[in-house]
Amino acid sequence: MAVTLDQTIAQKQHTLLSRVFASQTFWVVIAVILACLFLSVATDSFATTKNLYNITRNVTFVAIVALGMTFVIITGGIDLSVGSVLCLCSMVLAVTMHAGYGIEVGIAASIATALIIGGFNGILIAYLGFPPFVVTLGMLSIARSLAMVASNNTVVFQFGPDHDKLLALGGGAWVFGIANPVLYTILLALITGFTLRWTKFGRHIFAIGGNEHAATLTGVPVRQIKVAVYMISALAAGIAGIIQTGWLGAVTTNLGNGMELQVIAATVIGGANLAGGMGTAFGAVVGAALIEVIRNSLGLLGINAFWQGTFIGSAILMAVLFDRIRNFRRND
Amino acid sequence: MAVLELTNISKHFGAIQAVNDVSLSIEAGQVVGLMGDNGAGKSTLVKMIAGNFPPSHGTMQMDGKDLVLHKPVEARQHGIEIVHQDLALCNNLTAAANVYLGRELRRGVGPFRILDYAAMYKRAGQIFAELKSETRPRDLVKQMSGGQRQAVAIARTMLSQAKIVLMDEPTAAISVRQVAEVLNLIRHLRDQGIAVVLISHRMPDVFDVADRVIVMRRGRKVADKTIASSSPEEVTGLITGAIEQV
Repeated sequence: MAVTLDQTIAQKQHTLLSRVFASQTFWVVIAVILACLFLSVATDSFATTKNLYNITRNVTFVAIVALGMTFVIITGGIDLSVGSVLCLCSMVLAVTMHAGYGIEVGIAASIATALIIGGFNGILIAYLGFPPFVVTLGMLSIARSLAMVASNNTVVFQFGPDHDKLLALGGGAWVFGIANPVLYTILLALITGFTLRWTKFGRHIFAIGGNEHAATLTGVPVRQIKVAVYMISALAAGIAGIIQTGWLGAVTTNLGNGMELQVIAATVIGGANLAGGMGTAFGAVVGAALIEVIRNSLGLLGINAFWQGTFIGSAILMAVLFDRIRNFRRND
Repeated sequence: MAVLELTNISKHFGAIQAVNDVSLSIEAGQVVGLMGDNGAGKSTLVKMIAGNFPPSHGTMQMDGKDLVLHKPVEARQHGIEIVHQDLALCNNLTAAANVYLGRELRRGVGPFRILDYAAMYKRAGQIFAELKSETRPRDLVKQMSGGQRQAVAIARTMLSQAKIVLMDEPTAAISVRQVAEVLNLIRHLRDQGIAVVLISHRMPDVFDVADRVIVMRRGRKVADKTIASSSPEEVTGLITGAIEQV
C-alpha cells in the first residue's frame, strides 16, 4: 500500500522511549543511581538517614540557582554573578533583620535587591549589547563588594525579633521530615519545568537560544525576554540566599564564593548547552545531585578532599563529551 | 485591482541613492520576479515593503489605502509576509514551533494560558499537506532538508490571511530537486490568490514560475514586463546594463 502524504505528515518519528534514551538527563540519572547503589554497598555511612538528609539539603542550594541559570543558558547567555548575588541577598536580609525589621521586610528587601541586580545585568546585555560574560563578571565583583559594604565585612548571626522564624524557614522540616530547602527546590523545579514547556515565554526563550535573529524577525520580544531571564537568574540566587541564611544561621561575606562554577557545571551536566537552545529544569536538579553525590562520596570513601575539583571537572567534560558523540553520529 | 501599489518610491542613505523613483503595482495571484545585480536596490525596496524602514519619498498603497509602516510587525498585520533569505528558523525547535514562532496558539483562561501543542501540530500538518510537502510538524528543523526548511518558512506565511508574500532568494542555496519543490510551493501560494514577489538571481527559476519580471539597476526600475514578452537574454542585458531600458 502506498504511503500517502497525510500519513507521512502525521507520522511520529520518535517514541517516548527513544526520546528518553537519547536524552543526556536520563544517563545522568542512571549515573546518580549507580553511584548511590555503589556507595550504599561500599560504605556503611552513605545510606543512613542523616547522610541522605544532608545530601538532599546540600543539593538544593546549587539546584535552585541552577534552575535560574537554566533560563539564561537556554537563551545562549551566562550569569557569572550568581554566587555574589546570593551573598549580597543573604546579607541584605541579615542586615535588615538585624536592624530590627521583621522577616517579611527582610525577604522583600532581599528579593528586591535580586531583581534590581538582575534587571541591571539584563538591560546592559539586551539593550546596550554588552557581552553577558563581561557584564556578569563585573557584577560578580560589584555584588560581593556591596555585601562587604552592607555588613562592614562582619559575620551577621543575630536576626532581630524574627530570628527563630528565619531559622525555621531554612532549617526546618515541616512536611514528612523532608528538609524545607528540598521542598522549595521541588516546587521551584516544577514551576521552572512548567514555564519552559508550557508557556509562550518558555518557547521564546528556546527560540532566542536557537536563533536570536530569527526570533527578532518573527516578532519575539527578544530584549524584554533577555532582561527577564537575567532577573529570574538573580531571583533564584536571591531565594537560595534567603534559604541558606536560614539554614546556616549566620552570613559571612564569603558565602557563595565560587558557586557560579558549580551551578554552571550542574546545568551543563544536566543537558543544557552553553551555546543556547537546550536545557531542562529536571536536568539542572539532576546535575546538581550528581555533583553533590560525587562530593559526598569522596568524603565517605576517605579520598582527599583536594580531589573534588578533579572529579567534578571530569563530570563536566564527560557530559560535554556525550553531547559531542551524539552530534558526530547525527552528522554521519 | 492591485494588491500593492508603489508610487515614486525613493530611498537614500545619506548621499547614497539606493532606490530612485520606483513605481510598480502587484496584482493578487501573480508571481513577480524581482531581478537585478547586487546593489541594484532590490533588497532596499523589499525592506521598505516589509516595514524595516520607511521610504524617503513616495507612497505605498495596499488595496487602495495608504500604507505607512514603522515596524516589520505592522507589515505582517497588513497581510505582508516575508520569507527571509536565511529563512529565520530555529534549529532547536520543531517544524510546528517554527511555523508558530511569535504567534503561538494557547488555550486556557486569562493569565493561565498554556501552549496548545495539539492544535499547532494539527494546523501545521494541514498547511504542509496543502503545500504538498513531506514535512512532519513534530520533527526538529535541525534534521530537515533544504526543501523542507523552505516549506516551514513558507508555511508561516499561510497562518494568517496573507495578501502578499515576499521571498528573498528562496532557491539560492539548495539542490536542484529542492528548487523544483520550492517553485511548486510558490505556485501553491499563487493558486490561493496570494501575490508573490520572488527576489532571485536565478534566471531559470524566474522564467519557470513568474508571470512578470521587474528588473532593477542602480536603484532604478529599468524593465517591467510579462515573462511571455521577455527572454533570459534580454533580462541579462537589462541587469548588466547592456540594454539601457525597455
